Amino acid sequence: MNRRNFIKIVSFGGAVTVATKLSIDAFSGTNANQHSGKRWAMVIDTRKCIAQGGECRKCIEACNDSHNIPKFENPKDEIHWIWKDKFKNAFITSENHYLPQKLNEQKVLLLCNHCDNPPCTNVCPTKATWKRDDGIVMMDWHRCIGCRYCIAACPYGSRSFNWRDPRQNIGNLRDDYPARTKGVVEKCTFCDELIARGGMPACVSACEEGALRFGDLNNPDSDVRKILLDNFSIRRKPELGTSPEVYYIV
Amino acid sequence: MLEKAFTGSKKYWTWIIFLLVLIGVGGIFYLRQFNIGLTLTGLSRDVSWGFYIAQFTFLVGVAASAVMVVLPYYLHNYKQFSKITILGEFLAIGAVVMCMLFIVVDMGQPLRAFNMFLYPTLNSMMFWDSVSLFGYLILNVIISMVTLGAERKGIAPPHWIKPVIIFSIPWAVSIHTVTAFLYSGLAARPFWMTAIMAPRFLATAFAAGPALLILIVLILRKLTKFDVGKEPIQKLAIIVTYAMILNVFFLLLEIFTAFYSGIHEHTLHFQLLYTGLEGNNILVPFMWASVVFAVIALYLMINPKTRVNEKFLIIGCASVFLSIWIDKGLGMIVAGFIPNPLGQTVMYAPTITEIMVSVGIYSIGILIITGLYKIALSVRNQLKYSTLPD
Repeated sequence: MNRRNFIKIVSFGGAVTVATKLSIDAFSGTNANQHSGKRWAMVIDTRKCIAQGGECRKCIEACNDSHNIPKFENPKDEIHWIWKDKFKNAFITSENHYLPQKLNEQKVLLLCNHCDNPPCTNVCPTKATWKRDDGIVMMDWHRCIGCRYCIAACPYGSRSFNWRDPRQNIGNLRDDYPARTKGVVEKCTFCDELIARGGMPACVSACEEGALRFGDLNNPDSDVRKILLDNFSIRRKPELGTSPEVYYIV
Repeated sequence: MLEKAFTGSKKYWTWIIFLLVLIGVGGIFYLRQFNIGLTLTGLSRDVSWGFYIAQFTFLVGVAASAVMVVLPYYLHNYKQFSKITILGEFLAIGAVVMCMLFIVVDMGQPLRAFNMFLYPTLNSMMFWDSVSLFGYLILNVIISMVTLGAERKGIAPPHWIKPVIIFSIPWAVSIHTVTAFLYSGLAARPFWMTAIMAPRFLATAFAAGPALLILIVLILRKLTKFDVGKEPIQKLAIIVTYAMILNVFFLLLEIFTAFYSGIHEHTLHFQLLYTGLEGNNILVPFMWASVVFAVIALYLMINPKTRVNEKFLIIGCASVFLSIWIDKGLGMIVAGFIPNPLGQTVMYAPTITEIMVSVGIYSIGILIITGLYKIALSVRNQLKYSTLPD
């Protein structure tokens, strides 16, 4: 074989390999969802939230009900995907002694920020948590080994661990959503199961006041983009470079 | 060679059975934890790592410290360490096994542990830590068995083992560096996010590990006829002294940076440890005990008169060990989680389950080390008698 033929054969082989790989990727469909070109994000209007008073828990209950989230008496065992805490705790790096009274007294909603640069997925030793192309930080509860490295890495305290079997403490066990086993980490997934069917996350649907908005940041006509254009918003600990995708209007 | 671990005096067997009982008790506590879940520990969503991970961290240091006898002996041909080197390597084997067990008992789903190798994740420091620990275990098993086996036959060890030994030296440094990287790369935990964590881990390792080795050698001299001689002990004591000075120096650097800059998210964790935070002062007496032990250790180890006196040396080495065990095995991990990322102070204390499981794991480690030392000493004794003139 001369050199010319050798180069021909090698480049032909290479081209076939690349073409096969590309066509498999294009037709496999498994990645279709991941190349949606979307970037999901949430905007929380704390003004509307606070106007409802401290007792409103509609979004939290909708989340708990739709995701088989257990209730535990002992705070040590608690699991929450969306919960409330004081403004000064949520925005700990924006320390201010003279906050408006309302902000100082009322609590704000907290959940996974579905960061652009999630530190939790970076540390996971088994790829049991990862970021999808549409920005959702997902969990695989069947792969998680329960090392809790992701909990240590999350700067927002957004991850919970099943310290014990959750099943006995789920009020109304649903069979259309998985209940978790003891020993795995879980958190908010922006209701990936609902948005896959074109729906809205459960918490957003539950909020009649429209304090929670959800949408695609890559679409300039989306709700969330418009709201962010018209209002000043803040994010939790943006200085860490995580680029959180839950925005707060205060 | 292994059979030598199975013959011994009544005293030896009493010790073994005592350890087996402790392992059994720890095992029962672990089975309970395995069935019910980690809720039996004091851990929570705020303090999600605690006593187990702290013991793991401390013991990685003990394991890495074997390099402090391996390096002078093999790289610098420091013959005085000929008797002590195998003891350091066997100590490392026991320590690495304990490290791995502490990781496993801390896992929520230990049966899935091998997912770590089924889905290797190069960007996870935990993956690299497990690789480096497994590698270190294998290296030490090969090196110690080959060198001791050759010694038993009265021949020189094979040539190929030398590069393996040289390779194990940077590897030992790497296990504790990667362990520090587990913590020091997390933006969420400002207390740990310090570039000096790896150097400080190494300093604590090279102080606590050889201090423990000195104590072990002195105990062995008392219990058996095995005597490594005075000089290697004194050499090790100097290593301990320098490493302990560096450790305290590094800690003071940390405190300077935190308090001179005054950044709250750095100072609060030190306050939690040394003065208490929002009324939570459970760690304070321990941390000050660590300080007192460090001062005693530095005084006794730096002063040449007390260092050469073995009575004081024992106190000095025990103080080094205790000071560092409290610092790394109690304070460091927990303080990283308190206050939590929301600035709340949620306290943690280990439960009886955590303590008994840990006692079980330490007993497994001590059992392994006992068995290995028995082998080493038997080989050495035979050697002594066989070289005697008829």
